[in-house]
Amino acid sequence: MSVLVYVENTAGKIKKSALESISYSYALATQQNVKLTAIVFGNTDTATLGNYGVSEVLHVTDNAYQTFNAAAYASSIAEAAKKINATIVVVSNSFSGKGLAPRIAVKLECGFVDGAISLPKTENGFVVRKGAFSGKAFADVSILSPVKIIALNPNSFPVTEQAVTATVTAFTPTTNANDFKIVVKDTIKASDKISLPEAELVVSAGRGLKGPENWGMVEELATLLGAATACSKPVSDAHWRPHSEHVGQTGIAVSPNLYIAIGISGAIQHLAGVSSSKTIVVINKDPEAPFFKAADYGIVGDAFEVVPKLIEAVKAFKASNA
Amino acid sequence: MKILVCISNVPDTTSKINFTDDHKSFVSAGVQYIINPYDELALTRALEITEKDGGSVTVINVGDASTDATIRKALAIGATDAVRINAAPRDAYFVAKQIAQYAKQHAFDLILTGRESIDYNGGQVASMVAELLDMPSVTNIKLLQLENGVATMEREIEGGKELLTCPLPLVGSATEGIAEPRIPNMRGIMSARTKPLAVVDAVDVALLTEVIGYDKPKTRSNVNLIAAEDVAKLVTLLHTEAKVI
Ligand SMILES: Cc1cc2nc3c(=O)[nH]c(=O)nc-3n(C[C@H](O)[C@H](O)[C@H](O)COP(=O)(O)OP(=O)(O)OC[C@H]3O[C@@H](n4cnc5c(N)ncnc54)[C@H](O)[C@@H]3O)c2cc1C
Ligand SMILES: Nc1ncnc2c1ncn2[C@@H]1O[C@H](COP(=O)(O)O)[C@@H](O)[C@H]1O
Repeated sequence: MSVLVYVENTAGKIKKSALESISYSYALATQQNVKLTAIVFGNTDTATLGNYGVSEVLHVTDNAYQTFNAAAYASSIAEAAKKINATIVVVSNSFSGKGLAPRIAVKLECGFVDGAISLPKTENGFVVRKGAFSGKAFADVSILSPVKIIALNPNSFPVTEQAVTATVTAFTPTTNANDFKIVVKDTIKASDKISLPEAELVVSAGRGLKGPENWGMVEELATLLGAATACSKPVSDAHWRPHSEHVGQTGIAVSPNLYIAIGISGAIQHLAGVSSSKTIVVINKDPEAPFFKAADYGIVGDAFEVVPKLIEAVKAFKASNA
Repeated sequence: MKILVCISNVPDTTSKINFTDDHKSFVSAGVQYIINPYDELALTRALEITEKDGGSVTVINVGDASTDATIRKALAIGATDAVRINAAPRDAYFVAKQIAQYAKQHAFDLILTGRESIDYNGGQVASMVAELLDMPSVTNIKLLQLENGVATMEREIEGGKELLTCPLPLVGSATEGIAEPRIPNMRGIMSARTKPLAVVDAVDVALLTEVIGYDKPKTRSNVNLIAAEDVAKLVTLLHTEAKVI
C-alpha cells in the first residue's frame, strides 16, 4: 500500500505547488502508515524528491510523455496506482492537475475531492475540506470509495523537508493511441511573471485606476514585492488587463499570504475569490467602500498618491532589511 | 454539427450563502438561481458555431423539476432543445455518468461544459464525461474554432496559454474569452416556451463522495485604518504584525 503523488514540473523544474503536494502526501502517508511513491514524467530532477519524504520514484521517460497530456498522463497514473496498490492519489489543483484527476477518478472508480485545503480527518471515515460557493463557504466532503484521489490547492500546505533515500525506477505505461489525439502546437508563457493561482503575494487593482495606462505603478509595486498582479472583472472585461488576471467568483480564486486591493470597491463577487487570503490590505478613496469591511489593513486615500508613496516605503524597507 | 452543452443551475452571484443550523444543507429560500456563468459562455459559443456552420445545440441538466426555469432560459438564449435528467445531482461523478449515458445514445460532435460550477467549484464534469466516453478532453478553453472536423483551441495554463488542435469528437470546458454572454430577446423568450424539453430517468450510480457539512469562513473583525500620510507604518505592520513581507 502507498500514497502516490503526481509531481508536476515546468521545463524540468519541480513546481512549488508540486513540492506542497509532495509534503502533503508525506504527511498523509505518515497518517496512514504507508510509504510515499511519486510519479514524474519527462526530464525531471528526480534526485531532489528524497528531500521531501519520497521513498520511491516512478519515472516515465518515454518521449511520447514529455509534454503534458491529460488523457495519457491520467492513464499512466491510474496504471501506476494499480501496480503499486495505492490507496490515495494526490495531484496539485492546478490547471493540469484539474484536467487529469477526474479522468483518474473514473478509471479507478474512486471518489475525488478537488481543491483540498487541509489533511483529511479520519476519525469518522475520510473527510476532506475544500472551498465551495466560490470562496463564500467550505465543504467537508467524505470520500466513500476504498481508493481516494485528492487535488491539493496551492498555498494550503507548507513545503516541508524530510530526507529519505529515494529509489528511482523507470516506469513504462501501456500506451493507448486514443490518448494522443490532442496536439499541442505552442505554449505561450509570460515567464517573467509570477503565476497568479500560486502566488504568495498579490497586488490587484480595479476600475478606480481609470485606465490601462495607469498600471505602471501596480506592476512596479508587484515587482518590488515579488508579487503577481491581478484585477477586478470590469477591468479585464474592458481589456485593460488580460482575463487571466481576473480574480473573484467568476475568475481565479486566490489565497495568498497578502492581497493588496487598489481602487476595488469590494463587490460580493470579488470578495468571494479573495477572502481566503491571509492578510488583506485595501486602498480606496471612498471610506464607505465595502472592501474595508473585509480588510485587515486599510488606507483611505487616492491611489495615485498612496501607491507611489507605498512603493517608496517598500524600497526603504527593503534597503534597511537588506 | 451536433453540440451538447451541460448547464448547471446555481445561486446567483449576489446570493448570500447560508446553511441550516446542522451545517448539512444550503438554505435556498430567497435565493435566485441562474445558469452557471461559464456554462452560459459555452452555450453562446456553441450557438455562434451552429449559426455559422449549421447544426443543433442541445442543453442538458441533471436536476429535479426546480431547474426547469434555468433550462428555459438556455432555450430562450437560443438552444435548439433541452434534456433534463430527472435526479438531484449528488456529486460530479453522478452527474458525469448521467451526461455520458445520454451522450452515448446521440453521437455529439462536441460536448461543452463550464470551467467549473460556482457552487461546487469542482471543475470535474468535463474530464469525467470525456473519460467515460473515451474521448479527448480540454479544460479551460478560452478560444475555440472548428474547421473540417478539427477543433483549434487556446487553453489557459499557469502564467500563459497553450495552443492545441484535436479532431472531433471532443469534450471541453469553457472559460472567459470563449464568447461574450448574450441577453435573450423577446422572440427567444417566446419561442423557448414551445421548444422541446425532454425529461429522462437517471441511471443508478455508486456514490463515491458525499458532502457531510458546510461552514462559512471567519469574517474579519476590524480593519486597522492607517493614515494616507503614514504608509511606512503599513509596511512595518505587514512585516512585524502580519509577517507577510
Ligand atoms: C455574474 C457576475 C459575476 C461577477 N464576477 C466577478 C468577479 O469574479 N470578480 C470581480 O471582481 N467582479 C465580478 N463581478 C462584478 C462585481 O459585481 C463588481 O461590479 C466589480 O467587482 C467592481 O469592480 P471594481 O471594484 O474594480 O469597480 P467599481 O465598483 O467601479 O469600484 C471602483 C472603486 O475604486 C475606487 N476609486 C475610484 N477612484 C479611486 C482613486 N483615485 N483611488 C482609490 N480608489 C479609487 C472607488 O471608490 C470604488 O470603490 C461580477 C458581476 C456579476 C453580475
Ligand atoms: N447538474 C448538472 N447538470 C448538467 N451539467 C452540470 C451539472 N453540474 C455541473 N455541470 C457541468 O459541469 C461543469 C463543471 O461543474 P463542477 O464539476 O460542478 O464544477 C459546469 O460548468 C456544468 O457545465
